[in-house]
Amino acid sequence: MEITQQDVEKVAQLARLAVTPAEKETFAKQLTQILAHVDTLNKYDTTGIEPTATVMGQVNVFRDDLVRPSLPSDKALSNAPEREADGFVVPKILEER
Amino acid sequence: MSLHKLTLFELQKQFKAGEVTAAEIVRAYFLRISQVEPKVKAFVTQAKESAFLQAEALDRKLKEWRKTKPLTGMPLAVKDNICTDGVHTTCSSRMLQNFIPPYDATAVAKLRAQEYILLGKTNLDEFAMGSSTENSAFGPSRNPWNLHCVPGGSSGGSAAAVAAEECVAALGSDTGGSIRQPAAFCGVVGLKPTYGRVSRYGLVAFASSLDQIGPITRDVSDAAFLLQAIAGHDPMDSTSVDRSVPDYMKALQKRDLKTLKIGVPVEFFTEGLDPDVELAVRAAIGELKNLGAEIREISLPSTDAAVAVYYVIATAEASSNLARFDGVKFGFRAKETKDLLELYMKTRQEGFGSEVKRRIMLGTYVLSAGYYDAYYGKAQAVRTLVCQDFSAAFKEVDLIVTPATPTPAFKLGEKSEDPLQMYLSDIFTISVNLAGLPAIALPCGFSKGGLPIGLQLIGRAFEEETILQAAHVYEKSTQWRTKSPVVR
Repeated sequence: MEITQQDVEKVAQLARLAVTPAEKETFAKQLTQILAHVDTLNKYDTTGIEPTATVMGQVNVFRDDLVRPSLPSDKALSNAPEREADGFVVPKILEER
Repeated sequence: MSLHKLTLFELQKQFKAGEVTAAEIVRAYFLRISQVEPKVKAFVTQAKESAFLQAEALDRKLKEWRKTKPLTGMPLAVKDNICTDGVHTTCSSRMLQNFIPPYDATAVAKLRAQEYILLGKTNLDEFAMGSSTENSAFGPSRNPWNLHCVPGGSSGGSAAAVAAEECVAALGSDTGGSIRQPAAFCGVVGLKPTYGRVSRYGLVAFASSLDQIGPITRDVSDAAFLLQAIAGHDPMDSTSVDRSVPDYMKALQKRDLKTLKIGVPVEFFTEGLDPDVELAVRAAIGELKNLGAEIREISLPSTDAAVAVYYVIATAEASSNLARFDGVKFGFRAKETKDLLELYMKTRQEGFGSEVKRRIMLGTYVLSAGYYDAYYGKAQAVRTLVCQDFSAAFKEVDLIVTPATPTPAFKLGEKSEDPLQMYLSDIFTISVNLAGLPAIALPCGFSKGGLPIGLQLIGRAFEEETILQAAHVYEKSTQWRTKSPVVR
Protein backbone atom coordinates (compact mmCIF):
# COMPACT_ATOMS: atom_id res chain seq x y z
CA MET A 1 0.00 0.00 0.00
CA GLU A 2 1.19 3.50 -0.87
CA ILE A 3 1.83 5.72 2.18
CA THR A 4 1.15 9.33 1.24
CA GLN A 5 2.61 12.46 2.80
CA GLN A 6 -0.85 13.09 4.29
CA ASP A 7 -0.66 9.67 6.00
CA VAL A 8 2.76 10.57 7.37
CA GLU A 9 1.43 13.85 8.68
CA LYS A 10 -1.47 12.14 10.43
CA VAL A 11 0.73 9.45 12.01
CA ALA A 12 3.31 12.06 13.08
CA GLN A 13 0.51 13.95 14.82
CA LEU A 14 -0.56 10.76 16.63
CA ALA A 15 3.07 10.14 17.65
CA ARG A 16 3.48 13.76 18.82
CA LEU A 17 6.41 14.16 16.47
CA ALA A 18 6.93 17.31 14.40
CA VAL A 19 8.20 16.51 10.90
CA THR A 20 9.74 18.73 8.24
CA PRO A 21 8.51 18.68 4.61
CA ALA A 22 11.69 16.79 3.65
CA GLU A 23 11.05 14.18 6.35
CA LYS A 24 7.47 13.79 5.15
CA GLU A 25 8.71 12.91 1.71
CA THR A 26 11.41 10.48 2.89
CA PHE A 27 9.19 8.75 5.44
CA ALA A 28 6.39 8.32 2.89
CA LYS A 29 8.80 6.57 0.54
CA GLN A 30 10.53 4.45 3.18
CA LEU A 31 7.36 3.41 5.01
CA THR A 32 5.81 2.37 1.69
CA GLN A 33 8.85 0.21 0.99
CA ILE A 34 8.97 -1.35 4.47
CA LEU A 35 5.21 -2.03 4.55
CA ALA A 36 5.47 -3.71 1.13
CA HIS A 37 7.88 -6.14 2.78
CA VAL A 38 5.50 -6.56 5.75
CA ASP A 39 2.71 -7.41 3.30
CA THR A 40 4.58 -10.65 2.49
CA LEU A 41 3.08 -11.90 5.78
CA ASN A 42 -0.21 -12.33 3.94
CA LYS A 43 1.11 -15.48 2.33
CA TYR A 44 0.97 -17.14 5.77
CA ASP A 45 -2.42 -18.62 6.61
CA THR A 46 -3.20 -17.64 10.20
CA THR A 47 -6.84 -18.72 10.37
CA GLY A 48 -7.51 -19.97 13.88
CA ILE A 49 -3.97 -19.14 15.08
CA GLU A 50 -3.83 -17.42 18.49
CA PRO A 51 -1.70 -14.25 18.48
CA THR A 52 1.49 -14.23 20.60
CA ALA A 53 2.00 -11.10 22.70
CA THR A 54 4.59 -12.53 25.06
CA VAL A 55 6.33 -15.89 25.14
CA MET A 56 6.53 -16.98 28.78
CA GLY A 57 2.81 -16.75 29.30
CA GLN A 58 2.80 -14.95 32.64
CA VAL A 59 -0.42 -13.13 33.47
CA ASN A 60 -1.12 -10.67 36.23
CA VAL A 61 1.99 -10.92 38.37
CA PHE A 62 0.87 -9.59 41.74
CA ARG A 63 2.82 -8.46 44.78
CA ASP A 64 1.76 -7.44 48.26
CA ASP A 65 0.79 -3.82 48.60
CA LEU A 66 3.45 -2.83 51.12
CA VAL A 67 4.95 0.54 51.92
CA ARG A 68 8.61 0.41 50.95
CA PRO A 69 11.38 2.99 50.59
CA SER A 70 11.31 4.70 47.20
CA LEU A 71 13.32 7.38 45.41
CA PRO A 72 13.31 10.60 47.45
CA SER A 73 11.63 13.39 45.47
CA ASP A 74 14.84 15.35 45.15
CA LYS A 75 16.53 12.42 43.39
CA ALA A 76 13.46 11.78 41.25
CA LEU A 77 13.52 15.42 40.17
CA SER A 78 17.26 15.47 39.57
CA ASN A 79 16.94 15.07 35.78
CA ALA A 80 14.04 17.48 35.32
CA PRO A 81 14.51 19.91 32.41
CA GLU A 82 12.78 22.53 34.56
CA ARG A 83 11.57 22.26 38.14
CA GLU A 84 10.10 24.35 40.86
CA ALA A 85 10.02 23.15 44.48
CA ASP A 86 8.78 19.54 44.30
CA GLY A 87 7.31 19.71 40.81
CA PHE A 88 8.07 19.65 37.10
CA VAL A 89 7.42 22.90 35.24
CA VAL A 90 5.64 22.74 31.87
CA PRO A 91 4.19 25.43 29.60
CA LYS A 92 0.58 26.40 30.22
CA ILE A 93 -2.01 23.83 29.19
CA LEU A 94 -5.20 25.90 29.28
CA GLU A 95 -5.89 28.48 26.61
CA GLU A 96 -6.61 32.04 27.70
CA ARG A 97 -10.03 33.36 26.75
CA MET B 1 51.43 -11.47 29.33
CA SER B 2 49.78 -8.04 29.38
CA LEU B 3 46.80 -7.89 31.70
CA HIS B 4 44.44 -6.81 28.94
CA LYS B 5 45.10 -10.08 27.07
CA LEU B 6 43.67 -12.24 29.85
CA THR B 7 40.13 -13.63 29.85
CA LEU B 8 37.78 -12.76 32.67
CA PHE B 9 38.28 -16.20 34.15
CA GLU B 10 42.10 -15.93 34.01
CA LEU B 11 42.17 -12.38 35.35
CA GLN B 12 39.86 -13.33 38.18
CA LYS B 13 42.15 -16.23 39.16
CA GLN B 14 45.21 -13.96 39.27
CA PHE B 15 43.36 -11.31 41.23
CA LYS B 16 41.96 -13.82 43.70
CA ALA B 17 45.46 -15.20 44.31
CA GLY B 18 46.70 -11.67 45.06
CA GLU B 19 49.09 -11.66 42.07
CA VAL B 20 47.69 -8.40 40.78
CA THR B 21 45.92 -5.44 42.43
CA ALA B 22 42.72 -3.78 41.27
CA ALA B 23 44.62 -0.54 40.70
CA GLU B 24 47.08 -2.35 38.42
CA ILE B 25 44.20 -3.83 36.44
CA VAL B 26 42.48 -0.46 36.03
CA ARG B 27 45.75 1.22 35.07
CA ALA B 28 46.50 -1.46 32.45
CA TYR B 29 43.03 -1.09 30.93
CA PHE B 30 43.03 2.68 30.75
CA LEU B 31 46.47 2.52 29.12
CA ARG B 32 45.04 0.12 26.55
CA ILE B 33 41.98 2.35 26.09
CA SER B 34 44.20 5.40 25.51
CA GLN B 35 46.02 3.48 22.76
CA VAL B 36 43.12 2.03 20.75
CA GLU B 37 40.02 4.05 21.66
CA PRO B 38 40.80 6.98 19.32
CA LYS B 39 40.46 4.47 16.47
CA VAL B 40 37.75 2.13 17.76
CA LYS B 41 35.47 4.67 19.50
CA ALA B 42 33.72 1.99 21.52
CA PHE B 43 32.81 4.19 24.50
CA VAL B 44 30.31 7.00 24.96
CA THR B 45 31.50 7.65 28.52
CA GLN B 46 34.70 6.56 30.21
CA ALA B 47 34.45 6.25 33.99
CA LYS B 48 38.16 6.69 34.64
CA GLU B 49 38.01 8.62 37.88
CA SER B 50 35.42 6.43 39.57
CA ALA B 51 37.16 3.26 38.34
CA PHE B 52 40.43 4.30 40.01
CA LEU B 53 38.62 5.31 43.21
CA GLN B 54 36.82 1.98 43.29
CA ALA B 55 40.02 0.05 42.62
CA GLU B 56 41.96 1.83 45.36
CA ALA B 57 39.14 1.29 47.84
CA LEU B 58 39.02 -2.40 46.94
CA ASP B 59 42.77 -2.82 47.33
CA ARG B 60 42.69 -1.13 50.74
CA LYS B 61 39.84 -3.32 51.88
CA LEU B 62 41.45 -6.51 50.61
CA LYS B 63 44.70 -5.69 52.42
CA GLU B 64 42.79 -6.00 55.67
CA TRP B 65 40.88 -9.12 54.79
CA ARG B 66 41.40 -10.98 51.51
CA LYS B 67 37.90 -12.16 50.68
CA THR B 68 36.73 -11.80 47.08
CA LYS B 69 33.55 -12.37 45.16
CA PRO B 70 33.52 -13.82 41.62
CA LEU B 71 33.71 -10.39 39.94
CA THR B 72 35.69 -8.44 42.54
CA GLY B 73 38.01 -6.01 40.76
CA MET B 74 36.93 -7.13 37.27
CA PRO B 75 36.97 -4.31 34.70
CA LEU B 76 33.74 -4.40 32.71
CA ALA B 77 31.95 -2.13 30.25
CA VAL B 78 28.18 -1.69 30.10
CA LYS B 79 26.07 -0.81 27.06
CA ASP B 80 24.81 2.74 27.36
CA ASN B 81 21.13 1.79 27.44
CA ILE B 82 21.53 0.03 30.81
CA CYS B 83 21.12 2.37 33.79
CA THR B 84 24.13 2.98 36.04
CA ASP B 85 23.49 4.97 39.21
CA GLY B 86 25.34 8.29 38.99
CA VAL B 87 26.93 7.56 35.59
CA HIS B 88 25.49 9.04 32.36
CA THR B 89 23.21 6.67 30.43
CA THR B 90 22.57 8.25 27.04
CA CYS B 91 21.21 5.46 24.80
CA SER B 92 23.48 7.23 22.26
CA SER B 93 20.66 9.73 21.86
CA ARG B 94 20.52 13.48 22.04
CA MET B 95 17.33 12.89 24.02
CA LEU B 96 19.29 11.44 26.97
CA GLN B 97 22.65 13.15 26.44
CA ASN B 98 22.62 14.61 29.96
CA PHE B 99 20.63 11.88 31.72
CA ILE B 100 22.17 10.54 34.94
CA PRO B 101 20.09 7.65 36.29
CA PRO B 102 19.25 7.84 40.00
CA TYR B 103 19.37 4.02 40.24
CA ASP B 104 21.12 0.92 38.89
CA ALA B 105 19.57 -1.58 36.51
CA THR B 106 19.18 -4.90 38.34
CA ALA B 107 21.87 -6.53 36.17
CA VAL B 108 24.24 -3.70 37.11
CA ALA B 109 23.25 -3.85 40.79
CA LYS B 110 24.18 -7.54 40.73
CA LEU B 111 27.60 -6.72 39.26
CA ARG B 112 28.05 -3.97 41.83
CA ALA B 113 27.17 -6.37 44.64
CA GLN B 114 30.04 -8.52 43.36
CA GLU B 115 32.40 -5.50 43.45
CA TYR B 116 33.01 -5.19 39.68
CA ILE B 117 34.67 -2.08 38.29
CA LEU B 118 32.85 -0.05 35.64
CA LEU B 119 35.31 1.18 33.00
CA GLY B 120 32.68 2.97 30.95
CA LYS B 121 29.48 2.96 28.95
CA THR B 122 29.59 1.68 25.40
CA ASN B 123 28.19 3.06 22.18
CA LEU B 124 25.06 1.73 20.46
CA ASP B 125 22.64 2.57 17.72
CA GLU B 126 20.31 5.19 19.20
CA PHE B 127 17.93 3.43 21.63
CA ALA B 128 19.36 0.09 20.34
CA MET B 129 17.67 0.61 16.97
CA GLY B 130 20.10 -0.48 14.30
CA SER B 131 22.67 -3.04 13.21
CA SER B 132 25.87 -1.01 12.84
CA THR B 133 26.15 1.73 15.55
CA GLU B 134 25.90 4.21 12.68
CA ASN B 135 22.66 5.47 14.24
CA SER B 136 24.48 6.70 17.35
CA ALA B 137 24.02 10.44 17.91
CA PHE B 138 27.69 10.52 18.94
CA GLY B 139 29.17 8.90 15.84
CA PRO B 140 29.80 5.26 14.89
CA SER B 141 32.16 2.78 16.54
CA ARG B 142 34.62 0.86 14.33
CA ASN B 143 35.35 -2.80 13.86
CA PRO B 144 38.73 -3.55 15.48
CA TRP B 145 39.48 -6.10 12.72
CA ASN B 146 39.05 -3.47 10.00
CA LEU B 147 38.39 0.15 10.91
CA HIS B 148 36.51 0.77 7.65
CA CYS B 149 33.90 -1.78 8.70
CA VAL B 150 31.07 -1.49 11.21
CA PRO B 151 31.29 -3.43 14.48
CA GLY B 152 27.65 -4.44 14.06
CA GLY B 153 24.87 -3.33 16.32
CA SER B 154 23.18 -2.35 18.26
CA SER B 155 25.66 -3.46 20.99
CA GLY B 156 28.54 -2.56 18.64
CA GLY B 157 30.44 -0.56 21.26
CA SER B 158 30.41 -3.47 23.73
CA ALA B 159 31.54 -6.00 21.09
CA ALA B 160 34.25 -3.68 19.75
CA ALA B 161 35.49 -2.91 23.28
CA VAL B 162 35.79 -6.63 24.10
CA ALA B 163 37.48 -7.44 20.76
CA ALA B 164 39.91 -4.51 21.06
CA GLU B 165 40.69 -5.56 24.66
CA GLU B 166 39.43 -2.30 26.13
CA CYS B 167 37.52 -4.21 28.83
CA VAL B 168 37.64 -7.83 29.94
CA ALA B 169 33.95 -8.37 29.19
CA ALA B 170 30.81 -6.31 28.67
CA LEU B 171 27.04 -6.28 28.95
CA GLY B 172 24.91 -5.83 25.86
CA SER B 173 21.22 -6.05 25.08
CA ASP B 174 19.56 -8.09 22.34
CA THR B 175 16.15 -7.30 20.83
CA GLY B 176 16.63 -8.76 17.35
CA GLY B 177 20.26 -9.85 17.39
CA SER B 178 21.93 -6.85 19.02
CA ILE B 179 24.30 -9.00 21.09
CA ARG B 180 24.92 -11.86 18.64
CA GLN B 181 25.36 -9.91 15.39
CA PRO B 182 28.05 -7.52 16.73
CA ALA B 183 29.74 -10.42 18.57
CA ALA B 184 29.90 -12.29 15.23
CA PHE B 185 31.19 -9.20 13.37
CA CYS B 186 33.89 -8.57 16.00
CA GLY B 187 34.98 -12.19 16.55
CA VAL B 188 33.89 -12.47 20.19
CA VAL B 189 31.27 -14.45 22.10
CA GLY B 190 27.77 -13.04 22.66
CA LEU B 191 24.98 -14.75 24.55
CA LYS B 192 21.32 -13.79 24.45
CA PRO B 193 19.66 -15.49 27.41
CA THR B 194 16.11 -16.87 27.41
CA TYR B 195 13.47 -14.12 27.67
CA GLY B 196 12.91 -13.69 31.41
CA ARG B 197 16.24 -15.21 32.51
CA VAL B 198 17.83 -11.79 33.21
CA SER B 199 15.89 -8.86 34.67
CA ARG B 200 15.12 -5.99 32.29
CA TYR B 201 14.65 -3.53 35.15
CA GLY B 202 16.75 -0.48 34.31
CA LEU B 203 17.28 -1.47 30.69
CA VAL B 204 15.83 1.45 28.72
CA ALA B 205 12.92 -0.27 27.00
CA PHE B 206 12.87 -0.65 23.21
CA ALA B 207 10.61 -3.66 22.55
CA SER B 208 9.56 -5.08 25.89
CA SER B 209 8.47 -8.52 24.67
CA LEU B 210 11.84 -9.09 22.94
CA ASP B 211 14.56 -7.22 24.89
CA GLN B 212 17.06 -9.19 26.97
CA ILE B 213 20.40 -8.28 28.62
CA GLY B 214 23.35 -10.63 28.11
CA PRO B 215 27.15 -10.99 28.20
CA ILE B 216 29.69 -10.23 25.45
CA THR B 217 33.01 -11.92 26.24
CA ARG B 218 36.36 -13.21 24.95
CA ASP B 219 35.35 -16.87 25.24
CA VAL B 220 32.52 -19.22 26.17
CA SER B 221 33.48 -19.84 29.79
CA ASP B 222 33.54 -16.07 30.39
CA ALA B 223 30.00 -15.90 28.99
CA ALA B 224 28.93 -18.60 31.46
CA PHE B 225 30.71 -16.77 34.27
CA LEU B 226 29.05 -13.43 33.54
CA LEU B 227 25.61 -14.95 32.90
CA GLN B 228 25.87 -16.55 36.35
CA ALA B 229 26.30 -13.10 37.87
CA ILE B 230 23.31 -11.44 36.20
CA ALA B 231 20.70 -14.23 35.85
CA GLY B 232 17.74 -14.69 38.17
CA HIS B 233 14.26 -13.60 39.10
CA ASP B 234 13.63 -9.97 39.98
CA PRO B 235 10.39 -8.70 41.52
CA MET B 236 11.07 -5.37 39.76
CA ASP B 237 10.57 -7.02 36.34
CA SER B 238 7.26 -8.85 36.20
CA THR B 239 8.37 -10.69 33.04
CA SER B 240 11.47 -12.11 34.70
CA VAL B 241 10.91 -15.77 35.45
CA ASP B 242 11.00 -17.26 38.94
CA ARG B 243 13.13 -20.28 38.27
CA SER B 244 16.35 -21.40 39.94
CA VAL B 245 19.62 -20.49 38.22
CA PRO B 246 21.79 -23.53 37.43
CA ASP B 247 25.56 -23.62 37.86
CA TYR B 248 26.60 -22.62 34.34
CA MET B 249 30.31 -23.29 34.92
CA LYS B 250 29.46 -26.91 35.69
CA ALA B 251 27.99 -27.24 32.20
CA LEU B 252 31.47 -26.64 30.81
CA GLN B 253 32.96 -29.85 32.19
CA LYS B 254 31.84 -32.00 29.27
CA ARG B 255 34.55 -33.02 26.80
CA ASP B 256 32.48 -34.26 23.82
CA LEU B 257 29.05 -33.87 22.28
CA LYS B 258 27.92 -37.52 22.34
CA THR B 259 24.14 -37.92 22.88
CA LEU B 260 23.55 -34.38 21.53
CA LYS B 261 21.29 -33.97 18.49
CA ILE B 262 21.91 -30.78 16.52
CA GLY B 263 19.56 -29.52 13.81
CA VAL B 264 20.59 -27.61 10.69
CA PRO B 265 17.64 -25.60 9.33
CA VAL B 266 17.59 -25.69 5.52
CA GLU B 267 15.99 -22.23 5.35
CA PHE B 268 19.20 -20.62 6.67
CA PHE B 269 21.34 -21.88 3.79
CA THR B 270 19.77 -20.12 0.83
CA GLU B 271 20.54 -17.26 -1.53
CA GLY B 272 22.01 -14.19 0.13
CA LEU B 273 24.32 -16.27 2.31
CA ASP B 274 27.91 -15.14 1.74
CA PRO B 275 30.04 -18.03 0.36
CA ASP B 276 32.81 -17.50 2.95
CA VAL B 277 30.22 -17.62 5.74
CA GLU B 278 28.64 -20.78 4.30
CA LEU B 279 32.05 -22.47 4.03
CA ALA B 280 33.03 -21.63 7.62
CA VAL B 281 29.65 -22.66 9.05
CA ARG B 282 29.57 -25.95 7.09
CA ALA B 283 33.07 -26.70 8.41
CA ALA B 284 31.93 -25.92 11.95
CA ILE B 285 28.97 -28.28 11.53
CA GLY B 286 31.45 -30.94 10.38
CA GLU B 287 33.49 -30.31 13.52
CA LEU B 288 30.40 -30.62 15.76
CA LYS B 289 29.80 -33.99 14.11
CA ASN B 290 33.43 -35.05 14.70
CA LEU B 291 32.93 -34.14 18.34
CA GLY B 292 30.16 -36.71 18.59
CA ALA B 293 26.97 -34.76 17.87
CA GLU B 294 24.30 -36.24 15.64
CA ILE B 295 23.58 -33.73 12.87
CA ARG B 296 20.07 -33.64 11.40
CA GLU B 297 18.58 -31.50 8.70
CA ILE B 298 15.48 -29.71 9.97
CA SER B 299 13.00 -27.14 8.69
CA LEU B 300 11.83 -23.84 10.18
CA PRO B 301 9.27 -22.96 7.49
CA SER B 302 8.35 -19.49 8.81
CA THR B 303 11.96 -18.19 8.78
CA ASP B 304 11.16 -15.89 5.86
CA ALA B 305 8.50 -14.11 7.91
CA ALA B 306 10.73 -13.23 10.85
CA VAL B 307 12.00 -9.84 9.68
CA ALA B 308 8.53 -8.60 8.73
CA VAL B 309 6.99 -9.85 12.00
CA TYR B 310 9.80 -8.25 13.95
CA TYR B 311 9.54 -4.83 12.32
CA VAL B 312 5.84 -4.67 13.11
CA ILE B 313 6.03 -5.92 16.71
CA ALA B 314 9.29 -4.20 17.69
CA THR B 315 8.25 -0.85 16.25
CA ALA B 316 4.76 -1.07 17.75
CA GLU B 317 6.24 -1.69 21.19
CA ALA B 318 8.89 0.99 20.64
CA SER B 319 6.31 3.60 19.66
CA SER B 320 4.58 3.21 23.01
CA ASN B 321 7.77 2.77 25.07
CA LEU B 322 9.30 5.93 23.61
CA ALA B 323 6.18 7.98 24.33
CA ARG B 324 7.78 8.71 27.72
CA PHE B 325 10.36 10.99 26.08
CA ASP B 326 8.26 14.13 26.10
CA GLY B 327 10.58 16.72 27.60
CA VAL B 328 8.76 16.89 30.93
CA LYS B 329 10.35 14.70 33.62
CA PHE B 330 13.83 13.94 32.30
CA GLY B 331 15.92 14.17 29.18
CA PHE B 332 16.05 16.79 26.45
CA ARG B 333 13.48 19.61 26.21
CA ALA B 334 13.06 21.89 23.19
CA LYS B 335 13.37 25.58 23.91
CA GLU B 336 10.81 28.35 23.45
CA THR B 337 7.63 26.40 22.90
CA LYS B 338 4.31 28.15 23.30
CA ASP B 339 2.23 25.33 24.75
CA LEU B 340 2.46 21.74 25.94
CA LEU B 341 1.62 20.17 22.59
CA GLU B 342 4.35 22.11 20.85
CA LEU B 343 6.73 21.19 23.66
CA TYR B 344 6.07 17.48 22.98
CA MET B 345 6.27 17.75 19.21
CA LYS B 346 9.45 19.83 19.05
CA THR B 347 11.23 17.99 21.87
CA ARG B 348 10.73 14.71 20.02
CA GLN B 349 11.64 16.21 16.66
CA GLU B 350 14.91 17.65 17.97
CA GLY B 351 15.77 14.89 20.44
CA PHE B 352 15.38 11.76 18.28
CA GLY B 353 17.51 10.74 15.28
CA SER B 354 16.05 9.62 11.98
CA GLU B 355 16.01 5.82 12.54
CA VAL B 356 14.22 6.24 15.87
CA LYS B 357 11.67 8.56 14.25
CA ARG B 358 11.17 6.10 11.41
CA ARG B 359 10.44 3.30 13.86
CA ILE B 360 8.12 5.43 15.99
CA MET B 361 6.24 6.33 12.80
CA LEU B 362 6.05 2.72 11.61
CA GLY B 363 4.97 1.50 15.05
CA THR B 364 2.33 4.21 15.39
CA TYR B 365 1.03 3.40 11.91
CA VAL B 366 0.66 -0.36 12.50
CA LEU B 367 -1.18 0.31 15.78
CA SER B 368 -3.47 3.00 14.38
CA ALA B 369 -7.21 2.56 13.87
CA GLY B 370 -7.95 0.70 10.65
CA TYR B 371 -4.53 -0.96 10.36
CA TYR B 372 -4.18 -2.68 13.73
CA ASP B 373 -5.62 -6.04 12.64
CA ALA B 374 -4.01 -6.05 9.22
CA TYR B 375 -0.51 -5.40 10.55
CA TYR B 376 -0.15 -5.81 14.32
CA GLY B 377 -2.69 -8.63 14.65
CA LYS B 378 -1.30 -10.43 11.63
CA ALA B 379 2.29 -10.11 12.88
CA GLN B 380 1.34 -11.50 16.30
CA ALA B 381 -0.35 -14.48 14.64
CA VAL B 382 2.66 -15.19 12.41
CA ARG B 383 4.83 -14.84 15.54
CA THR B 384 2.90 -17.85 16.86
CA LEU B 385 3.88 -19.78 13.70
CA VAL B 386 7.55 -18.89 14.27
CA CYS B 387 7.29 -20.18 17.87
CA GLN B 388 5.55 -23.37 16.68
CA ASP B 389 8.37 -24.01 14.18
CA PHE B 390 10.89 -24.00 17.02
CA SER B 391 8.73 -26.16 19.33
CA ALA B 392 8.40 -28.75 16.57
CA ALA B 393 12.14 -28.67 15.82
CA PHE B 394 13.07 -29.05 19.49
CA LYS B 395 11.06 -32.28 19.66
CA GLU B 396 13.62 -33.67 17.19
CA VAL B 397 16.86 -31.98 18.24
CA ASP B 398 18.53 -30.47 21.34
CA LEU B 399 20.21 -27.56 19.61
CA ILE B 400 19.96 -25.69 16.32
CA VAL B 401 23.07 -24.48 14.51
CA THR B 402 23.03 -21.61 11.98
CA PRO B 403 25.26 -18.83 10.70
CA ALA B 404 24.92 -15.85 13.07
CA THR B 405 24.78 -13.40 10.16
CA PRO B 406 24.41 -13.76 6.36
CA THR B 407 27.65 -11.82 5.70
CA PRO B 408 30.75 -10.71 7.61
CA ALA B 409 30.91 -7.06 8.80
CA PHE B 410 29.93 -4.58 6.10
CA LYS B 411 31.55 -1.22 5.40
CA LEU B 412 30.48 1.98 7.11
CA GLY B 413 27.89 3.76 4.99
CA GLU B 414 27.15 0.67 2.89
CA LYS B 415 23.60 0.18 4.16
CA SER B 416 22.87 3.38 6.06
CA GLU B 417 20.76 4.88 3.25
CA ASP B 418 18.55 1.81 2.86
CA PRO B 419 16.67 0.91 6.05
CA LEU B 420 15.10 -2.27 4.62
CA GLN B 421 18.51 -3.72 3.60
CA MET B 422 19.80 -2.91 7.07
CA TYR B 423 16.79 -4.67 8.64
CA LEU B 424 17.32 -7.76 6.45
CA SER B 425 20.90 -8.14 7.77
CA ASP B 426 19.35 -9.39 11.04
CA ILE B 427 17.50 -12.22 9.34
CA PHE B 428 19.29 -15.07 11.19
CA THR B 429 19.01 -13.68 14.70
CA ILE B 430 15.51 -12.19 14.81
CA SER B 431 13.38 -15.34 15.02
CA VAL B 432 15.16 -16.33 18.26
CA ASN B 433 13.86 -13.16 19.96
CA LEU B 434 10.35 -13.69 18.61
CA ALA B 435 10.35 -17.14 20.27
CA GLY B 436 12.15 -15.92 23.44
CA LEU B 437 14.86 -18.58 23.11
CA PRO B 438 18.49 -18.49 24.28
CA ALA B 439 21.25 -18.37 21.64
CA ILE B 440 24.98 -17.79 21.46
CA ALA B 441 27.21 -16.43 18.71
CA LEU B 442 30.86 -17.50 18.68
CA PRO B 443 33.75 -17.30 16.21
CA CYS B 444 33.99 -20.09 13.61
CA GLY B 445 36.40 -18.71 11.03
CA PHE B 446 37.41 -15.76 8.89
CA SER B 447 36.42 -14.42 5.49
CA LYS B 448 38.98 -14.11 2.70
CA GLY B 449 39.16 -10.44 3.65
CA GLY B 450 40.17 -11.34 7.22
CA LEU B 451 36.88 -10.55 8.94
CA PRO B 452 35.49 -12.83 11.67
CA ILE B 453 32.57 -15.17 10.97
CA GLY B 454 30.10 -16.17 13.68
CA LEU B 455 28.31 -19.42 14.39
CA GLN B 456 24.94 -19.36 16.16
CA LEU B 457 23.70 -22.09 18.50
CA ILE B 458 20.05 -21.87 19.55
CA GLY B 459 18.64 -23.86 22.48
CA ARG B 460 15.34 -24.64 24.17
CA ALA B 461 14.01 -22.05 26.60
CA PHE B 462 16.11 -22.02 29.81
CA GLU B 463 18.63 -24.50 28.40
CA GLU B 464 21.57 -22.10 28.31
CA GLU B 465 23.65 -24.94 29.77
CA THR B 466 23.31 -27.05 26.63
CA ILE B 467 24.30 -24.11 24.44
CA LEU B 468 27.29 -23.23 26.60
CA GLN B 469 28.39 -26.85 26.77
CA ALA B 470 28.34 -27.35 22.98
CA ALA B 471 29.91 -23.95 22.32
CA HIS B 472 32.65 -24.65 24.85
CA VAL B 473 33.54 -28.07 23.41
CA TYR B 474 33.60 -26.59 19.89
CA GLU B 475 35.73 -23.63 20.99
CA LYS B 476 38.27 -25.93 22.67
CA SER B 477 38.60 -28.06 19.55
CA THR B 478 39.32 -25.10 17.24
CA GLN B 479 41.85 -22.27 17.12
CA TRP B 480 39.53 -19.31 16.43
CA ARG B 481 39.55 -18.14 20.03
CA THR B 482 43.31 -17.56 20.01
CA LYS B 483 43.17 -14.91 17.27
CA SER B 484 42.86 -11.25 18.19
CA PRO B 485 42.79 -8.15 16.01
CA VAL B 486 45.69 -5.75 15.53
CA VAL B 487 44.00 -2.35 15.73
CA ARG B 488 45.41 -0.06 13.05
